[in-house]
Amino acid sequence: MANDIAMNAPTRMVREVPHTVSPGLWALAWKRLKSDHVGMVSLAIVVVFVLMMIASATGLIAGDWAKETGVNYAPPSFLGADIEAGTPAASATPAASATPAIEYKSEVVDPIGDVLAELKGEKKPAGVDAAAPAGDAGKSVDPLADVMADIRKDAKGKRAEVADARAPTLPLGGDKWGRDVLKKTIKGSETSIFVGLAAAAVATFLGALFGAVAGYYGKWVDDAFNWFYSVFNSIPYLLLILAVAAVLQQKGTLTIILILGLTGWTGTFRLIRGEYLKHKSREYVQAADAIGASNARRMFVHIFPNISHVVLVQLSIYTVGFIKAEVILSFLGFGVPVDVVSWGSMLNEAQNELILGKWWQLVAAGTAMAILVTAFSLFTDALRDALDPKLKGLAGA
Amino acid sequence: MTAYIIRRLWQMIPTMLGVILLVFILFNWIGGDPAYVLAGKISNQEQIDNIRRQLGVDQPFYVQLWIFIKQVLTGDFGASWSTNEKVSNILATRLGPSLTVLVPLLILDTLCSLGLALAVAYVRGSLTDRLVMIVCTVGLSISILVYIIVFQYFFAYKLGWFPVQGWGNSFRENLLVFSALPILIGLTVSIAPNLRLYRTFFLDEINQDYVRTGRAKGLSENRIMWIHVLRNASIPIITHLMAGLPGLLLGSFLIERFFSIPGIGREVILAVERSDFPVIKALTVYVAVATMVSNLLADLMYKAADPRVQLK
Repeated sequence: MANDIAMNAPTRMVREVPHTVSPGLWALAWKRLKSDHVGMVSLAIVVVFVLMMIASATGLIAGDWAKETGVNYAPPSFLGADIEAGTPAASATPAASATPAIEYKSEVVDPIGDVLAELKGEKKPAGVDAAAPAGDAGKSVDPLADVMADIRKDAKGKRAEVADARAPTLPLGGDKWGRDVLKKTIKGSETSIFVGLAAAAVATFLGALFGAVAGYYGKWVDDAFNWFYSVFNSIPYLLLILAVAAVLQQKGTLTIILILGLTGWTGTFRLIRGEYLKHKSREYVQAADAIGASNARRMFVHIFPNISHVVLVQLSIYTVGFIKAEVILSFLGFGVPVDVVSWGSMLNEAQNELILGKWWQLVAAGTAMAILVTAFSLFTDALRDALDPKLKGLAGA
Repeated sequence: MTAYIIRRLWQMIPTMLGVILLVFILFNWIGGDPAYVLAGKISNQEQIDNIRRQLGVDQPFYVQLWIFIKQVLTGDFGASWSTNEKVSNILATRLGPSLTVLVPLLILDTLCSLGLALAVAYVRGSLTDRLVMIVCTVGLSISILVYIIVFQYFFAYKLGWFPVQGWGNSFRENLLVFSALPILIGLTVSIAPNLRLYRTFFLDEINQDYVRTGRAKGLSENRIMWIHVLRNASIPIITHLMAGLPGLLLGSFLIERFFSIPGIGREVILAVERSDFPVIKALTVYVAVATMVSNLLADLMYKAADPRVQLK
């Protein structure tokens, strides 16, 4: 990424990176990162996921994830449709008869499917109507027969569309309603990655800001922020998240970003405060003071670039943590609302599907998340090694 | 020493006030009017007013804050909003099951991760070390949810080695039958990060001069690793362990939920689902106190682990 921007910059070595304040560090770090093969592969995987997220967010792919394109619990294509033989879903003609009574979702798409099937004699209605005469005889005593004729005419197009669209298999299988698991996984990555990145940005921003102010000003300001920190720190993180989730009644992507961001800043605060304490008495800050730089300028223009690598690594660590946290929160039902698909809500559905032997949604969501999180953690390690080579010696690898 | 402890306890007061204030702001101010939550959909104004009076939320904020401070001081947080059970009673009865799972888990996890970490730190850089690190990194990336779902399905449902879920009446049965699979899952999830962490602690020590001195004077490798390196790495290990200790009070949210273990973690989830604020408030305050006390204990243990540490 940095490479593309560097192309436009003047060719002198020190100017090759888009950072004007401390170019040496970033150029060196990028060089070190490039020589780290594991790091580069991880970066590539992360970039692929992020591109997928952007493509999905702009509607280029997986925009129609909610459409029921396959039969219920359609198996993955590589297994073939025949593993389903004998179960009601596969032996069925599409649409109406494949729809067990509990599945309200299908009824929404095909509101009169059951009635039509009944009228045609395809399906005997359950319950009171079981003994009713089928076919034409039934129609003649039906007081709504005239209306039904109109409704049937209207519904004909819709029903055909639904029927045609239902495939026996899907690339990674289908869920309970026949939605494509592959598309759900892509759409879910959008939620999970976006929440992870945005919450990490909020938490890192707050932590860095508080840490900078506390470390730079010291004295009572530092005491005040330290008090604030110890208050937040004495409540376990997960309990704090759940408490905030209990209090904020409305669910939404923004809510969960705020929950994770507002509760997660403490780690960064501690680190950045330490860095500012270390840096504020250094010569270059004294020099900035001598030329009349204001406090804010010294804090953010002079000191901040020197510690920005710490912030970047924190951002990366947080993103991994928050992606995992979002999945758990959404699983518990405290995360994103039900109409938004996330890996957590997919795992929630998959929990019940597994008992029925439908394992593909669990594997799809679990694997997608594991690949992303592995790549992101390895990239974080590579990033830290590249930005702070001293640490690599300590880790002893 | 006594002076130090008294000073530390004294310093807890402002933090405690902060926790009280934070919890109060969260639940009494941002949390909105609980009467509407409790009364449900078919409430009339009279009903809501009644509930408000019962809960004391019709009082001005400073009165409510004073009520809350009194609750914290007396340890009496009233009754649950949804079941009307005493909060202290809820927490007392749910603590046992949580500890039945978590205490053996903590002990086994610490022993396994410390031993394995010492072993891989000893052969650092070797193929074994790298393989273990790769397995840990990948293992860490799989969501705990996947572990629970798959283990529960496979070991309990398919193979029938463990009960799928449930909880019995005798401690022995709970520990040996019902806690076995939860503990196994807990170990799978927690060994990977702890092993990685402890390994870095040991690596920091293993390159120190005293290790070379120990070898030079002919100490056995076992003695160097288990006595010298372990003891010198004990401060960060104590920090890490003590930081996790208050979590015992909280139980394990996911495991207790999946295995229907009537512990505190499940109670918290239920309380959040039902907007049962007193339970969450009480637990937050208790755990905050426990966290502060365990921080103090950790600092005291530093002194025991390393006599050079100055308590100030």
